[in-house]
Amino acid sequence: MTITSLCPTPIMLHETVQMAHGAGGRLSQTLMQRVFMPHIHNSYLDLLDDQAKLDLPSGMVAFTTDSYVVSPIFFPGGTIGELAVNGTVNDLAVGGARPLYLSAGFIIEEGFSLVELETIVISMAEAARKAGVMIVTGDTKVVGKGQCDKLFINTSGIGVIREGVNLSCRNLAPGDSIILSGTVGDHGMAIMTSREGLSFQSRITSDCAALNGIIEAMLDVVPAIHAMRDPTRGGVAATLNELAVSSSVGIEINEMTLPVKADVRGACELLGVDPLHVANEGKLVVAVAAADAERVLEVMRSFAEGRDAVIIGSVVDLHPGMVVMRTAFGSQRIIDLPLGEQLPRIC
Amino acid sequence: MKYIDEYRDPKLARTLLDEIRRTATRHWTIMEICGGQTHSIMRNGIDQLLPDTIELVHGPGCPVCVTPLESIERALLIAARKEVIFTSFGDMLRVPGSSKDLFMVRSEGGDVRILFSPLDALQIARDNPSKEVVFFAVGFETTAPANAMAVWQAAREGIENFSVLVSQVMVPPAMRAILSSPGNRVQGFLAAGHVCAVMGYEEYEPVAREFHVPIVPTGFEPVDLLAGILKTVELLEEGRAEVVNRYGRVVSREGNRVAQEIIGNVFEVTDRQWRGIGLIPASGLALREAYLRYDAEKKFNVSHICASESPLCMSGSILQGTLKPDGCPAFARECTPEHPLGATMVSSEGACAAYYNYHRNFAL
Repeated sequence: MTITSLCPTPIMLHETVQMAHGAGGRLSQTLMQRVFMPHIHNSYLDLLDDQAKLDLPSGMVAFTTDSYVVSPIFFPGGTIGELAVNGTVNDLAVGGARPLYLSAGFIIEEGFSLVELETIVISMAEAARKAGVMIVTGDTKVVGKGQCDKLFINTSGIGVIREGVNLSCRNLAPGDSIILSGTVGDHGMAIMTSREGLSFQSRITSDCAALNGIIEAMLDVVPAIHAMRDPTRGGVAATLNELAVSSSVGIEINEMTLPVKADVRGACELLGVDPLHVANEGKLVVAVAAADAERVLEVMRSFAEGRDAVIIGSVVDLHPGMVVMRTAFGSQRIIDLPLGEQLPRIC
Repeated sequence: MKYIDEYRDPKLARTLLDEIRRTATRHWTIMEICGGQTHSIMRNGIDQLLPDTIELVHGPGCPVCVTPLESIERALLIAARKEVIFTSFGDMLRVPGSSKDLFMVRSEGGDVRILFSPLDALQIARDNPSKEVVFFAVGFETTAPANAMAVWQAAREGIENFSVLVSQVMVPPAMRAILSSPGNRVQGFLAAGHVCAVMGYEEYEPVAREFHVPIVPTGFEPVDLLAGILKTVELLEEGRAEVVNRYGRVVSREGNRVAQEIIGNVFEVTDRQWRGIGLIPASGLALREAYLRYDAEKKFNVSHICASESPLCMSGSILQGTLKPDGCPAFARECTPEHPLGATMVSSEGACAAYYNYHRNFAL
């Protein structure tokens, strides 16, 4: 038997992410060229400098950051990548800013599939294109097996505030109408029902979407909107409480007007979870003077993201800092902040 | 949504409320047994809609609330062990022991997992033969069949790395304890619909006769609750101490025989401590001798662990209907969901949590 000795060349074509992909050497370059560059490129990123040098239009600059650790990373209606783009775009837009530039930082677990990583990068590029923003700088790090759960993404975003717009959670005044842009709890229940251990055969899909388009149109019609929030973690309940506390006003909402999809309601009933406490990723809570409410509603309903927009209540000068719901039976109850994790009940 | 919307129909609710108002000629005190019913009453503001003649007091039927502190302490010790995967229904994780809860054990590295069924724990045991998988088997007769089934199945398959930490309790002995106590004010009961789905309501008939109280198996939706209250008021007004079912779509007199059989195969009746109330004779379930190798208390040698309650917490009086949550001096002051003194402030079914979440300082 003869043994042919071969020169041991290192393996360059991996199917999974290796520690060496994050070490800054040749494999790091391969990762950039194979996975990121084909999908995300623009005049800023293509220079491959350590920083993007940006020309900003005049006006006040809005700057925000958020980290995305959702599990599962692929869920009905979106991916962690789309969430990372849309979430940061929305955080800018609800402050009255036109989102312009994003950064993206990836923390990847050793052994993560390169095909899945590329799929997520493609979904981010597509989300950024739809939202009209550019990813202009980025970073990747690889950590050992078990040190993160597959993939974490941080995005930061810069936008420029529109002239004549002053959106703030401190602006609510008694008499304001509270508008909700659509059904509550879609994202959170899509995630919960797709997690392991729950064999739901549900068709609930996340509402993950960029809202800068609809917000731009709303502000075109009524620049004097008082406040806007995207009710993500903690759901609509948490957002309403934040608004009531920040403005020292009471908020009253009407149970009969709250839009909840039948599938979402069913899943919430089964798990013992209040849809008002469940996260959304493509919804808006808006406070606007009652006289302007109908005009804002009309614009919102002309967008897919606002098709089901509805007035759910109003700002009152009673019980400052507290949100109260008028039930379908005519009684009242407090809508509180959820305490922590949503826990399924025993029976 | 089918089977939900018709039981939340405001028109039907108003008709029932009018009927209750017409029927009640004097003051009646009615206890809803189940924490799920308490929660629904507070969430829908049914207490605000009832006439002043009808007073609802809240019963002991919250499994999280009555699981004794020493069971929690034992759970915490077992969950912290390296070889253990500790599994539980979700709302047990936030119940405080004397110094921590299961969430804190998890943050310290304990493998604590939330499950929806004890049979899932069995699957984890099959998948992790080198680990000890423990399920926290708490609850009333509603959780007993599935918990029993998990043990029965483990025995059948010879799965030895599985055990249960049992704290099962039963409703009828608690009703007897409440009715026998000198401070009792309860004149009629809404029996817990899901417990009756398993056990039927035959076993309530002697209680109704002996203590001369009407007992009405009742569901959880607003219309169910109002129909149950109306029937109880009718029976009280007519002086009839009978058991009348108002949860017919789920409950039958004999209950679920298959479920009862599996409970009887695996468990036997035993004395049990109730958190806040104390020892109630023959009020709980324990594993039969043939299944003792699945007893986590024995496997991990924690039977000797004892614990005592905060002296400020009055959950015992709350659970027996002699005090309402907002009548407790610590309510919403020393005791909040963030810093609960007792389990009634923790569980989503606890009366104190229901008052805090829905009606706290809230002048109507």
